[in-house]
Amino acid sequence: MADLTSNTAGIISPNPFWLASAPPANSGDQVQRAFDAGWGGAVWKTLGTPIQNVSSRFGAIRWRGNNGVGFNNIELITDRPLEVNFREIYETKKKYPKHAIIASLMVETREEWREMIKRSEDAGADGLELNFGCPHGMCERGMGSAVGQEPKVNERITSWAKEFANIPVLVKLTPNVGDILPHGLAAQAGGADGVSLINTIKSIIGVDLDNLVPQPVVGNQSTNGGYCGAAVRPIALHMVAALSRDPRFQIPISGIGGITNWRDAAEFIALGSSSVQVCTEVMLRGYRIVEDMIEGLEQYLASQGMSRLDQLVGAAVPRYTEWGHLDLNYESIAKINADACIGCQLCMVACHDGAHQCIHPNPDGTRVPVIDESECVGCNLCQIVCPVPDCISMVEVDNGYTPATWNQHVSDGATLRPKKGAH
Amino acid sequence: MSKLPPDRAEGVFVDFKPAYTPAQAVVEANRCLFCYDAPCIKACPTSIDIPQFIRKIATGNVEGSARTIFDSNILGMSCARVCPVEVLCVGDCVYNEMGVPPIQIGKLQRYSTDAAYEAGWTFYEAGESTGKSVAVVGAGPAGLAVAHRLRRFGHAVTIYDKRSVVGGLNTTGVAPYKMKADRSVDEVEWVLGIGGIDLKLGVSVPGDVSWAELEDQHDAVFLGFGLGPDSVLDAPGADLDGIEGAVAFIERFKLGGVDLSSIRNAVVIGGGNTAIDAVRELVGLGVQNVKMIYRGTESRMSGYAHEWKAAKQEGVRVVWQAQPVAYQGEGHVTAVTCVRMDDAKQPIPGSEHDIAADLVLLAVGQAKLGELVAGLDGVETQWGRIVTDDDGATGRAGVWAGGDCRNGGKEVVNGVAEGRDAAEAIHAYLTGGA
Ligand SMILES: Cc1cc2nc3c(=O)[nH]c(=O)nc-3n(C[C@H](O)[C@H](O)[C@H](O)COP(=O)(O)OP(=O)(O)OC[C@H]3O[C@@H](n4cnc5c(N)ncnc54)[C@H](O)[C@@H]3O)c2cc1C
Ligand SMILES: Cc1cc2nc3c(=O)[nH]c(=O)nc-3n(C[C@H](O)[C@H](O)[C@H](O)COP(=O)(O)O)c2cc1C
Ligand code: SF4
Repeated sequence: MADLTSNTAGIISPNPFWLASAPPANSGDQVQRAFDAGWGGAVWKTLGTPIQNVSSRFGAIRWRGNNGVGFNNIELITDRPLEVNFREIYETKKKYPKHAIIASLMVETREEWREMIKRSEDAGADGLELNFGCPHGMCERGMGSAVGQEPKVNERITSWAKEFANIPVLVKLTPNVGDILPHGLAAQAGGADGVSLINTIKSIIGVDLDNLVPQPVVGNQSTNGGYCGAAVRPIALHMVAALSRDPRFQIPISGIGGITNWRDAAEFIALGSSSVQVCTEVMLRGYRIVEDMIEGLEQYLASQGMSRLDQLVGAAVPRYTEWGHLDLNYESIAKINADACIGCQLCMVACHDGAHQCIHPNPDGTRVPVIDESECVGCNLCQIVCPVPDCISMVEVDNGYTPATWNQHVSDGATLRPKKGAH
Repeated sequence: MSKLPPDRAEGVFVDFKPAYTPAQAVVEANRCLFCYDAPCIKACPTSIDIPQFIRKIATGNVEGSARTIFDSNILGMSCARVCPVEVLCVGDCVYNEMGVPPIQIGKLQRYSTDAAYEAGWTFYEAGESTGKSVAVVGAGPAGLAVAHRLRRFGHAVTIYDKRSVVGGLNTTGVAPYKMKADRSVDEVEWVLGIGGIDLKLGVSVPGDVSWAELEDQHDAVFLGFGLGPDSVLDAPGADLDGIEGAVAFIERFKLGGVDLSSIRNAVVIGGGNTAIDAVRELVGLGVQNVKMIYRGTESRMSGYAHEWKAAKQEGVRVVWQAQPVAYQGEGHVTAVTCVRMDDAKQPIPGSEHDIAADLVLLAVGQAKLGELVAGLDGVETQWGRIVTDDDGATGRAGVWAGGDCRNGGKEVVNGVAEGRDAAEAIHAYLTGGA
């Protein structure tokens, strides 16, 4: 079996699966149960001056019968006394010396940072995560994303932390920015040993239409919260990859955002994460999801001929490029496997109303649609709406054109194939 | 291992619950709620972590899914097909409480375990040899489960079975529309793949090998010899041709050919699961008129309601509240004389009538084999069942029992659970409780 040992900026854990700083990592009892279930590390629920939370706190997207496709919260950092948290970190670390415990911190002044870092190290934490990401409540108090959105402030506080810390420092970045890169670079410039991303995305999850109050409802009001869960994964993947592929960005990444199973985790790792963190799926299904994550990742690595996790870290990054470098002469078209087709014709309406009007009723009267291949632009929409796996496949066409990118076309006049579907 | 003949009569049957395609399996797996402390697990005698194996199907981790199943139940592949899931795991799915169709756990289990079998994943290796050896009497589900688990602990195992085919009733008894004999035999080969299990077929205990010899040669003994032959209904004419025990008949057509071309009217006597299987099997084998004769009413049948419903849909007819008192015919049976029974299952005088029958199958229970252990001092029996503690230990040191001979006749999955748990206890015994 492949070795899943993970090293993120010197923080070693038996596998790359960490609890994200959030309710599942709120207490020693929980973190210990998570370690027993198989989690390799835990980023403790953010420590700072304990706060008072509201009720209610969470909202979720229910979509086509699935609860919690996206998730939103308006809770703040820890509400438990700091001495209790530190004592439990100490006890947990003692009981689980091989597992990674990372103290997530959020305070204001230099002195406070100094003190919290000292207490975290005294408690035995393996690393620190500076929470510059929380997009609700804490930012109104000048912390969280209020820091993460200002590269200068980010860099300054990171450098304080580095000045005080003897253990690795990760900076947790907020996705509530136009471009993640300056923020990752600011953390790096401040001396961070690594970054974690993403924290939650500023959001309003819904509106109670009976009472006309946004959700989650607190009395008869609400506020914007932080969005997370499966639905945010693409945003998180992009931000992770945007850092990984930039040559200036050189420090390790702990990937977070919408991870629910081993596949999601493998994708984050392939785009450059050395470890991955999970919050929402644990909240929805419990610590026991990690069994499949470990097993699935081990088997996946073995199937790729990899014996160590680090062989996967960043393996997909070289194939993430700019649009201008994509081969415009590459051509694919959709093919329907008539034997597998169940006749729902979702592909037909999708193509007609949402794409290029090239899927048509079958002239033989059956419900298996036919594709006009001369018109198909190879957009994937039909394959996406098809409910039957492997019924619609996208097949490469050999059109005789040599590869040519837009950049080559502009600079060297490379020949492009004729456009399809552009009448 | 002896091979089954290819032209077995059971070949005409198709799966009552067909296998899932990958697409179907994933759709169903994604419906599972991943309940915590799930009722389906509690309803499974082997306590398979059902939500976990189903989640693994949903994530594409089919290998892990199969491992989760086999960790608890080494015969997970046949249990997926033969378990009465309607009254076990599926019956307890929380979706039933919502009025939503329950998760098809058996079919999902079949999906993963079949994949493991086809791919040749075996998952387990024999433990380092302990130098201890255990005799297992019976190569049925209980015996196989105990043997496999003991091998994982590194103990040598010899299985003795009086039959020449392996698998016990899982091979010779279960209805072919659930599983055919060859799949059971294939599964046994897969289980034996762990290595180090010595199979002695065609060897009866204590007939061919005495208890004393067995105890001499081994450090512990596990009894998993199941139940005995079909019970008979003693009535005038009982020795006419054409009257046969149902389990014996089922074994005959599962393992070989039967010629039913001359049969016009077949009758099965009984109201339990074997009776229901037998009538469905006769219909499937092409017999025109198949009747079940049961002394009670429909609501009092001991057979499962879901099985009976399927039998009715397949065209079986039934005579309720009737009891055979004699068989008619010369040389070969031609009719069964019955009396009608009242609601207290007492015969109504003067109600004798004949029911035409040229084949009569008796499905009124199987004998218990308790007397086999008469020579084993300390092993107690009650109603012919072997008495044990919760782990399967009999009153004689070093002798354990499990499966039908202990529980009086339950399901394959109970045999597996009892065998597995006995192996844990035997291991503790052989290693001094360590
Ligand atoms: C007709 C029928 C249909 C059934 N259908 C189902 C079903 O659909 N689903 C389900 O879960 N269960 C079903 N069962 C029950 C199930 O088959 C049994 O509960 C299960 O096989 C019991 O396992 P076992 O190992 O205890 O005994 P068995 O399977 O009976 O195995 C006992 C083995 O011991 C051997 N043996 C017996 N005496 C001796 C001896 N003296 N020396 C050496 N070997 C000996 C036998 O040859 C046999 O191989 C059915 C039973 C019957 C009769
Ligand atoms: C209820 C809740 C509380 C959270 N609290 C914190 C926190 O205290 N500190 C922090 O850094 N992130 C916090 N987060 C963000 C998560 O750590 C994580 O970055 C985010 O939820 C994305 O991951 P996910 O999609 O797996 O949930 C919280 C998220 C949720 C849902
Ligand atoms: S999850 Fe627990 S704490 Fe939250 S509302 Fe329900 S009962 Fe209360």
